[in-house]
Amino acid sequence: MPTLDWPALEAAFDILCPMHLRLTETGHIVHVAPTLKKLRPDADLTGMRFLEVFRLDRPRSITTMSELMSRARSKLHLELREAPCTSLKGVLVRLPKGQGALVNLSFGISVVEGVQDFGLSSADFAATDLAIEMLYLVEAKSAAMDASRNLNQRLQGAKLAAEEQAATDTLTGLKNRRAADRILETAIEEDRPFTLMQLDLDFFKAVNDSKGHAAGDRVLQEVAKIMRAETRKGDVIARVGGDEFIILIEGSAEKDRLKEIASRLIRGIEQPIKFEDETCHISSSIGIARRLVGDPRGMDALMQCSDRALYASKSKGRACATFDDDLVELY
Amino acid sequence: MHGLINKAVEAFVKDTYGVDAWRVIAHRADLEDPSFEAMMVYDNSVTPRVVDCATEALGVERGDFLQNLGTYLVSQPSQQAVRRLLRFGGVDFVDFLYSLDDLYDRARLAVADLFLPRLELREHTVNQFSLTVRSDIDGFGHVLIGLLTAMADDYGALVMLEYGGRQGEVETIAIALLETAFAAGNRFELGVRV
Repeated sequence: MPTLDWPALEAAFDILCPMHLRLTETGHIVHVAPTLKKLRPDADLTGMRFLEVFRLDRPRSITTMSELMSRARSKLHLELREAPCTSLKGVLVRLPKGQGALVNLSFGISVVEGVQDFGLSSADFAATDLAIEMLYLVEAKSAAMDASRNLNQRLQGAKLAAEEQAATDTLTGLKNRRAADRILETAIEEDRPFTLMQLDLDFFKAVNDSKGHAAGDRVLQEVAKIMRAETRKGDVIARVGGDEFIILIEGSAEKDRLKEIASRLIRGIEQPIKFEDETCHISSSIGIARRLVGDPRGMDALMQCSDRALYASKSKGRACATFDDDLVELY
Repeated sequence: MHGLINKAVEAFVKDTYGVDAWRVIAHRADLEDPSFEAMMVYDNSVTPRVVDCATEALGVERGDFLQNLGTYLVSQPSQQAVRRLLRFGGVDFVDFLYSLDDLYDRARLAVADLFLPRLELREHTVNQFSLTVRSDIDGFGHVLIGLLTAMADDYGALVMLEYGGRQGEVETIAIALLETAFAAGNRFELGVRV
């Protein structure tokens, strides 16, 4: 076999693989391609041992030249022994007749840090190398991501603002506290007669704690369904807290009829609620305040009255309804 | 048209003529929201309408307005991303010119729904080229003249550009490369720590 014209070959390889090295059979570096030189600009690598310059740690630690030669043709993971310890990918091919080996290296995924650390330009990569396209993509994608993130943040802000303005409780589809307050205020301003029922779920916390939030959410949705079924279309139902509801019944209803509505509500709510394999049992306590035409109480006072009635129901042992005007004599 | 294009027009007007000028233009163009979203897609009629209203309100020639927009996109420090992404196209100005053929695909690789005008470069002699631009925006070639002038400057090349008019949807630009290394140009680091 004729001896190879290494200077001519290396000049060609420098263009094709600007990050390659040629090693002797003993693992000493005899040639360093131009881009690779930029990784150790202060040191001349020729004459040094390959394993002195690079640490090979995957797939297993390689410490001797014969081990390295045995890994020929397979993918090598290595890193520079000196800072910035850039990690590189490589492959080694043995030259025939004990003439040593060629090793080609690449930045792999660390190309972004690589070009920063060593100040590389397009000319440092082979014309066929996809590194430049990769760098273009990384930069283009992160610019696009920044713009998207920006939009997402603003949309998130707008969503919060919209929720703030919303009148509906998203879980149950009932009115929320803000909407309920507005409706109550208007009714009082217009001096309309109505009944305010305040309703707290009993044992709801136990369901939530023992069976989880999903079960709790399901219970709240079922309760909302029952309240819709037991009231008329014009009545206002709102969820005003975790397990607190109010019902505003328009008109001056008789106490007996209101009592009837309240007990139907309690009976309905006490029906076992199925959630997955579990059955949830809850009940409800109700406080009722009636407002007649000319009633001087404002919204807060009226709410306090229904609240007091609600607590009276709770202290009577729950699962019942109390009218605020039945309490008055106690005070 | 993609929001990135509309946002670029908005940024150019705001930075060049002021926020108040933009407010007037946005009002005249009947924009629902005077601030474009870069990552949203708008109706194709919006961009030409904004350009029409802008040239009218500012009292500037359409060609000049679009050319200055092109220059702004490359040379304005706040628009660094555009210059950098274009510089990835080539190691020197001629290499860059050839990369314009791929600009349409390159843009879509980054933002899938960004459809830039299609460009095609023809080489007549070593230093004579022509670039055709296919766009439904009348005068888009002027944007490219501004952009190419600024890019030539960035590469340190000396060029002469001439607008060849519009036929149907196609506009032509004649490019004469007088010197590739006229000035030092700006450095282009592949990796920039942000």
